[in-house]
Amino acid sequence: MQQWLDQLIANNEWLQGVPAGFIYTIAIVVVCKVILVYASLLAGEVVWLERRVAGRMQARIGPNRVGPQGLLQFLADGVKLLAKEDIIPASADRKIFLAAPVIVFVGAFAGFVVIPFGHGLVAADMNVGLFVILSLTSIEVVGIIMAGWASNSKWAVLGAMREVAQMISYEMPLAISALVVVVLAGTLNLSDIADQQQGWIWNWYVFRGPFAFAAFFIFFTAALASLKRAPFDLPEAESELVAGFHTEYTGFRFAVFFLAEYTAMILFAMLTAVLFLGGWSPGFDVDLTGPWARWIGVLILFGKTVLLLFVMIWVRWTLPRFRIDRVMYLCYKVLLPLSIVCVVGMAVQVLVAMTVLGGEDSWFGSWLMGARP
Amino acid sequence: MSALLDHLQRPTLGIPDLTAVLPEILFYGFALVAVGSAMAAAMAPKIVHAAFGLMATFFGVAALYAMLGADFVAFSQIIVYVGGILVLLVFGVLLTARTEASLGLEKATTKNFAIIAGGLLFAVLVFAIGGTTWPVANAPGEPEPTTEAIGRAFLDPEGMLIPFELASVLLLAALVGAAYLARRRRDA
Repeated sequence: MQQWLDQLIANNEWLQGVPAGFIYTIAIVVVCKVILVYASLLAGEVVWLERRVAGRMQARIGPNRVGPQGLLQFLADGVKLLAKEDIIPASADRKIFLAAPVIVFVGAFAGFVVIPFGHGLVAADMNVGLFVILSLTSIEVVGIIMAGWASNSKWAVLGAMREVAQMISYEMPLAISALVVVVLAGTLNLSDIADQQQGWIWNWYVFRGPFAFAAFFIFFTAALASLKRAPFDLPEAESELVAGFHTEYTGFRFAVFFLAEYTAMILFAMLTAVLFLGGWSPGFDVDLTGPWARWIGVLILFGKTVLLLFVMIWVRWTLPRFRIDRVMYLCYKVLLPLSIVCVVGMAVQVLVAMTVLGGEDSWFGSWLMGARP
Repeated sequence: MSALLDHLQRPTLGIPDLTAVLPEILFYGFALVAVGSAMAAAMAPKIVHAAFGLMATFFGVAALYAMLGADFVAFSQIIVYVGGILVLLVFGVLLTARTEASLGLEKATTKNFAIIAGGLLFAVLVFAIGGTTWPVANAPGEPEPTTEAIGRAFLDPEGMLIPFELASVLLLAALVGAAYLARRRRDA
């Protein structure tokens, strides 16, 4: 982004009178605002999508009154929640109770700064992009445990404890299966990872051999679990815990938790699309790096994100909830060993491709070894 | 003198140029966050508040790492300390102490010993920090990718391979011990 700004300053007489640091600061604030608004609006529409899809699956209609097909339902819901009384329980720990939604919100939204929306369209092009997302989503856990503890309610504490146990456990298969892509890509930079998968559909990292294919499903399952989506929605299981860690929250603070949940869904759907499904690659060889063509790439990545979000919703309304011991069993005894096998297998695959199969000289070798130098 | 006049004639829109001191402003801001929240954590009457104060300290320190160009270390700090250690700490507090925990400072002897130990530690730290010559980077530019260098150092027998493996053995021993303790309690 800095290069682009420097170019802008060099070409504009008027901007040269303004201190460079001032322009950078303004630009950072503007870009973050744009991303925030984009993610919030999308989260609102995903809530609508969830309710419509759930309605269709249960042979009813769902919200269709506000706006065309009910598309503006989230605005009506937002106004309703804003108008509600903001109740803080008398026995709650006031400061932490008030701080918890903010922390959860930050954890869910901050990851978007390293997501590439199209070629070169990334707010912070960091060398450790993937690692940034994994570490920032772990902040959410702290916010949830704060909410659960500060509410001083048994439902909330139980929900928070389940949540923490589940999220900490599932972070491991999540990170290790993402490592499979890192072995192929040789970088943690998300825009580089997406750029490497351009071209035909077999260039997508999900199709580079059996280990990458398995890692995609492990990643998606672990993402579902760390997003506390059904069938892993034990932390807020309505039928046993009322609403889990946000039982005591009302009005706008509840809305923030709700928004953060759906934003985290979008973040992980985008991350899955960038890591495994070729980012903004449409599946055939077309150059999307031009100044205008990259916006087509944004639309393609958006399409893949919505598709993955639909799968998440579909899974939620299809599968019943797991029992807590089965959730832990699935993590520690199935997904974790499988993901380790995938990483080791992928390392062996890359090594064999580099040595036996001739590396970059043969098509098959270079396809199997990814972007290794 | 002519340079100054030249500068004054340019259209500056009246915005003070803080570009040069921006890193310093940020540094003092982050340092304030780190030190201030550490003090809040040390003085909090409730142990849970102390734990959450520690979170702000971790973020301040991570920001300082990031300002030094160590992006990987900065985010490791967040994922390990905030996402792991802090959560386990709070978890432990939740399962044990429910309300205000006393630090035992009401007794005069304990209090005196605490003051002496704290003062000694402070003195040692001041001498150690004052007696070290710190390498200073001269040009803050684009941060170099650090992950590759860290990875190579971990796998280099001449470098960090042996300390790294020793640390993993230590962690493995702790894991086995924890599993053993948990298992015995369940059988009893």
